[in-house]
Amino acid sequence: MTDRCIIIGASHAAAQLVPSLRQEGWQGEIVIVGDEPHLPYHRPPLSKAFLSGEKTAEELPIRPAAFYDKNEATFYHGYVRAIDRVKKSVLLENGDVLSYDKLVLCTGARVRKINVPGAELGGVHYLRNIADVEGIQAHIATGKNAVIIGGGYIGLETAASLTKQGMQVVVLEMAERILQRVTPPEVSSFYARIHAEEGVEIKTNVQVTQITGEQTVQSVLCDDGQTFPADVVIVGVGVIPNAELAEQAGLEVNNGIRVNAQCVTTDPNIFAAGDCTNHFNDMYDCQLRLESVPNANEQAKVAAATLCGNPKTYNSLPWFWSDQYDLKLQIAGLSRGFDHMVVRGDQDKGRSFAAFYYKEGRLIAADCVNRPKEFMLSKKMITQRSMLAPELLCDESVTVKALIEQLR
Amino acid sequence: MGHITFIEYDGTQHDVDLEAGKSLMQIAMDNGVPGVDADCGGECACGTCHVILEANWFPETGEVVDDEKQMLAMTPEQAETSRLACQVHTTNEMDGMVVRLPEFQM
Ligand SMILES: Cc1cc2nc3c(=O)[nH]c(=O)nc-3n(C[C@H](O)[C@H](O)[C@H](O)COP(=O)(O)OP(=O)(O)OC[C@H]3O[C@@H](n4cnc5c(N)ncnc54)[C@H](O)[C@@H]3O)c2cc1C
Ligand code: FES
Repeated sequence: MTDRCIIIGASHAAAQLVPSLRQEGWQGEIVIVGDEPHLPYHRPPLSKAFLSGEKTAEELPIRPAAFYDKNEATFYHGYVRAIDRVKKSVLLENGDVLSYDKLVLCTGARVRKINVPGAELGGVHYLRNIADVEGIQAHIATGKNAVIIGGGYIGLETAASLTKQGMQVVVLEMAERILQRVTPPEVSSFYARIHAEEGVEIKTNVQVTQITGEQTVQSVLCDDGQTFPADVVIVGVGVIPNAELAEQAGLEVNNGIRVNAQCVTTDPNIFAAGDCTNHFNDMYDCQLRLESVPNANEQAKVAAATLCGNPKTYNSLPWFWSDQYDLKLQIAGLSRGFDHMVVRGDQDKGRSFAAFYYKEGRLIAADCVNRPKEFMLSKKMITQRSMLAPELLCDESVTVKALIEQLR
Repeated sequence: MGHITFIEYDGTQHDVDLEAGKSLMQIAMDNGVPGVDADCGGECACGTCHVILEANWFPETGEVVDDEKQMLAMTPEQAETSRLACQVHTTNEMDGMVVRLPEFQM
């Protein structure tokens, strides 16, 4: 009997595990159990090109069906209820039991739900999968009102996509500014200005208290008494890692499934990769739970190598991107804990600048808006632990090319 | 159907089908060619789909847009005929094209 590797969750991490497992020499079966009725697809376009209609569902799969056939990876549509670590098997919701030799948890994350009266009304949507977007798309029409709850990247991307399609968009943010969790005030105010210029109304310091309507939503009420008419409501208030399955199986879980630098959980036959993990990042010397495609891909490669007996260590720079209107934001590294910030360009005018974040004299992160060169430079500087002075970075009379020369 | 040859840095060759209309990055992904990371899935946001074309094929692959130019300018292994594979839209005329991969994706 050949060995079987089961992957739970059919998304970014799974789509990278299949080729990586084969490249690392896995000769046994590969079975992917996923509860979405699709081949693994690109999730980032859901709030961007797919929502705005520039990309169709046919363009979303990460790899075609033929790829999985060729690599002898089979899909099993279903939801895993439990893991039996003693018998080394997984129990599906329909009662089926599948045994494994190696198991990889790629269960990702799910949206955080809001708990206010009316949250169950028709027209109230979240945004995590294709079905969610299809639900939202049914309401898109010129002149209709969209209320977005949550001013994080996904909420703002959604706002941009819907305004572009002629909708009247309001974003409601509980904190005193949008993007508060992820960027300093300078970058928040840049995005607030752009959205205002594009016609999106952003309200901060407001808490939603109720969503009203008969069958479907009609308006959104806030704690300060304001009411916003709504034909559709989209909630983007963060995600929760899908770690319960691991927790019930007795694996260590703490804000995600704990994995070591080789992507192994507390059971040597069980691995985890992607949004569901909580891992140690050597570069930042802390535990992290990331929500990003590059992280899912990288962890999948590491897990595959380790699983095949060629242990690899995860050590990569977190990075992220966000597309809104004509703005391409590329974020290198993590800015939390920075003690000094400099800006190249002017975030108060125009649509392009780069903000560099330093800690103890070293670059730790950068937010680059329409500045691909600065982004590439930052990636390089952070991984090289460069001490290149902030004064040089914010001096536009020094070209990026000249800066990169100084690194060599 | 035509074909495209990807050559990894260590010389490993991958002859794959040319499905005209797809991006060069997607063709590499569809065939599991190692060495193309394509972290952003083709948004021209990551620079991890860098490829180097054989010189005679370069003119066939169309214009290099500004974003792509800027990202390529920063990749350490940039060559005269470098492209981001996600920005190259394949056509039937590309049958037989040879594409080299850099040692590292940044
Ligand atoms: C709208 C949106 C925009 C985004 N934009 C960006 C971006 O610009 N850049 C970026 O880097 N990242 C972005 N992300 C984040 C990125 O999509 C995630 O980091 C990535 O999808 C993580 O992949 P994953 O494989 O770890 O898990 P997920 O994509 O979360 O997939 C997990 C899968 O497992 C399934 N599953 C869970 N439990 C079970 C079970 N018990 N049984 C069976 N199946 C199960 C789930 O249904 C899901 O299909 C965005 C996300 C969203 C929602
Ligand atoms: S896939 Fe990211 S730039 Fe080409």
